[in-house]
Amino acid sequence: MLKAFVARLQQGRRTISYPDAEPTLPDRFRGYPRIDPARCRTGCSLCVDACPTGAISTDRRGPRVDLGRCLFCSECEAACPDGAIAYGRDHRLGARRREELVVDGETHRLVTALDEQTRRLFGRSLKLRQVSAGGCNGCEADVNVLNTVVFDLGRFGIQFVASPRHADGLLITGPVTENMRLALQKTYAAVPSPKIVIAVGACAIAGGPFIDHPEVHNGADSVVPVDLYVPGCPPHPITILDALLRLLGRLAA
Amino acid sequence: MRRARSGELVPTIPSLSIRNGEPAPLREVPVLTLPAFRDAVLGGIQDGGRIAALFGQPLETDGARLIAVLAHGKEGTLSVFSAVVGDAYPALTPDCPQAHWFECEVAEQWGVRPLGHPWLKRIRFHGSYRTGHDGWPHTDHASVPPGVVDFFRVEGEEVHEVAVGPVHAGIIEPGHFRFQCHGENVLHLEISLGYQHRGVERALVGGPNKRTIHYMETLAGDTSVGHATAYCQALEALGGVGVSARADVLRAVALELERLANHTGDLGALAGDVGYLPTAAYCGRIRGDFLNMTALICGSRFGRGMIRPGGVGFDVEPPRAAELLERLGHAVRDATGAIRLLWDEPSIQARFEGTGRLSPEVCHDLGLVGLVARACGVHGDVRQDFPSGIFRFSQIPVSTWHTGDVLARAYVRWLEIQRSAAFVREQLTALPDGPTRVAAAPLVANALVVCLVEGWRGEICHVATTDDRGRFARYKVVDPSFHNWMGLAMALRDQQISDFPLCNKSFNLSYCGHDL
Repeated sequence: MLKAFVARLQQGRRTISYPDAEPTLPDRFRGYPRIDPARCRTGCSLCVDACPTGAISTDRRGPRVDLGRCLFCSECEAACPDGAIAYGRDHRLGARRREELVVDGETHRLVTALDEQTRRLFGRSLKLRQVSAGGCNGCEADVNVLNTVVFDLGRFGIQFVASPRHADGLLITGPVTENMRLALQKTYAAVPSPKIVIAVGACAIAGGPFIDHPEVHNGADSVVPVDLYVPGCPPHPITILDALLRLLGRLAA
Repeated sequence: MRRARSGELVPTIPSLSIRNGEPAPLREVPVLTLPAFRDAVLGGIQDGGRIAALFGQPLETDGARLIAVLAHGKEGTLSVFSAVVGDAYPALTPDCPQAHWFECEVAEQWGVRPLGHPWLKRIRFHGSYRTGHDGWPHTDHASVPPGVVDFFRVEGEEVHEVAVGPVHAGIIEPGHFRFQCHGENVLHLEISLGYQHRGVERALVGGPNKRTIHYMETLAGDTSVGHATAYCQALEALGGVGVSARADVLRAVALELERLANHTGDLGALAGDVGYLPTAAYCGRIRGDFLNMTALICGSRFGRGMIRPGGVGFDVEPPRAAELLERLGHAVRDATGAIRLLWDEPSIQARFEGTGRLSPEVCHDLGLVGLVARACGVHGDVRQDFPSGIFRFSQIPVSTWHTGDVLARAYVRWLEIQRSAAFVREQLTALPDGPTRVAAAPLVANALVVCLVEGWRGEICHVATTDDRGRFARYKVVDPSFHNWMGLAMALRDQQISDFPLCNKSFNLSYCGHDL
């Protein structure tokens, strides 16, 4: 018993001060891409060709990156001879609507809060049921890590619960495999209304590396309506937390 | 003639003998008759071999070619041989339980039925890849519903059945567990997976292409470095490309950081499953410290982008190495303090000891791998037995424990944490010079290569064969979980059903690594 107390003292206090202070992210972290259309050559499609998931399109206005499809591998950045795409260190990647995930170098839109009535219901207490529907355990692991003392999700009133019947919504990872479709639909049906759905990771948004495989459904919103998208492969825990807090209106715009 | 372990002289059956990562022309893989193929598998296992892979490759004419890869740990060699089969062949499983799951897979993928297989079931629930041929004739091909199989049933008074999953209570992947219980006692556990099936192996054919490395990094997302390393070594072998010592070292550092993070997290989760919150809380955090070290190297906590064909995606410059060493020191010190509590607390020992015990015999019969096997006292580790990359020059001692229970699986993790940490420290202190990445080369046509990597769960086996144009004709992935799920089912026999979470966590197998 004494040893446990000594260990407790040695381990110290480890909860990060985010959101009061900026999060510390590694210098090589690949976050929100910066696009400079002025540098883009006409007729060049090197970035489009380099992308493994078809996340990039180009037209007269320059390249656009669909963060929903993006694996953040930065192959496009490496392929561009003119530096028109560069992955920055901004961790704020989430969006409320699928089309808002397309980055064109103009305004960086952040997650908007739920409407006032829903916020009154969930703003101070949100219980989520997590469903992995073909996820590779990357997104699952970095969602789970929010429960550790480092992020201490409970301090925001957000909690993962064991039953969909105890939940206010679902947090879905994975491309939704055909073999998980029915289980996901049943789990969704078991959540009492009103309910919200959060899609975490490239797979859950658009299918990720498995996009267009006949075995998968290209993401959660092909099966259930989605209220919040969190891009990344997998998203950094801070990216997920940022999106959750903004959804609940707990971070200033 | 050769002398079998039993002492008798038996005729030599031709096989291709290669080393880990050594390419060979496909024509050198002997095509045996079915009886000779059977003798080669059974004899090889009797002589101390283990099935690393057994898979089908479709033939242009009708039928499929069965290719077996046996791993001989003592000799450090892999023997490869094959046989041509039609729609059915006599099953190996009755005489060789190791083949059990592989034969189910062959039946499901290629519609080749192993006759006399005692427990033939779908393992991923998808239609056959060979049109018009199905391992389960008369099935409706429009849909193969997951989890719909004949589960083994025990009947009798007070016998009851418990069904769990696919959606579980925690934040974990889906799978279905069916228990036959007598009171609290588990008589039998049957595990039905396939919910995570994303069709990766099917999609790998015709590659490599720009998406292939991303399939590798997400085969089992907690083993991104392990699977990506096996894949890159296969590409480099088939392309005749040698990577620099620096790249080899950085790959090994990433691999060991992956092991450190997962082992630490597992020990925390084991503590949580027996209600010991201090270690659970500390290890949950320290696991993140190791993940953040990987992120310091490559920007991703899971090593995405680190392992690339021809080397590594990111270098570790001297200041970064110094920072890593400092962080490693802190993390290991904290992990030591947190994990030692496990061995000092009698209430934890009482829950770990004797729970979910596996004997070395069962381990051998089922061909289990990795830390699960080492926790049964089996001395086997790819890094030692089939070394590739920097492990050819810098060894990590093999950690074993003999009791085969949850305690052993926890303790082996702790031993490996210490040894991996020492290895990473040693490597970062003296990084060799050299380029981080060299150019890739086209793959040689009509060849085969087997690449083994000791991932944190155990032996990762990738077998690549190329066609006339140097594209993948077949790319077989065997995650360690593929071998070990049956071990979990056996470990649960005659255990309390309430010990299932603890036993399950002590294996911590991959669902998607199995389902592919």
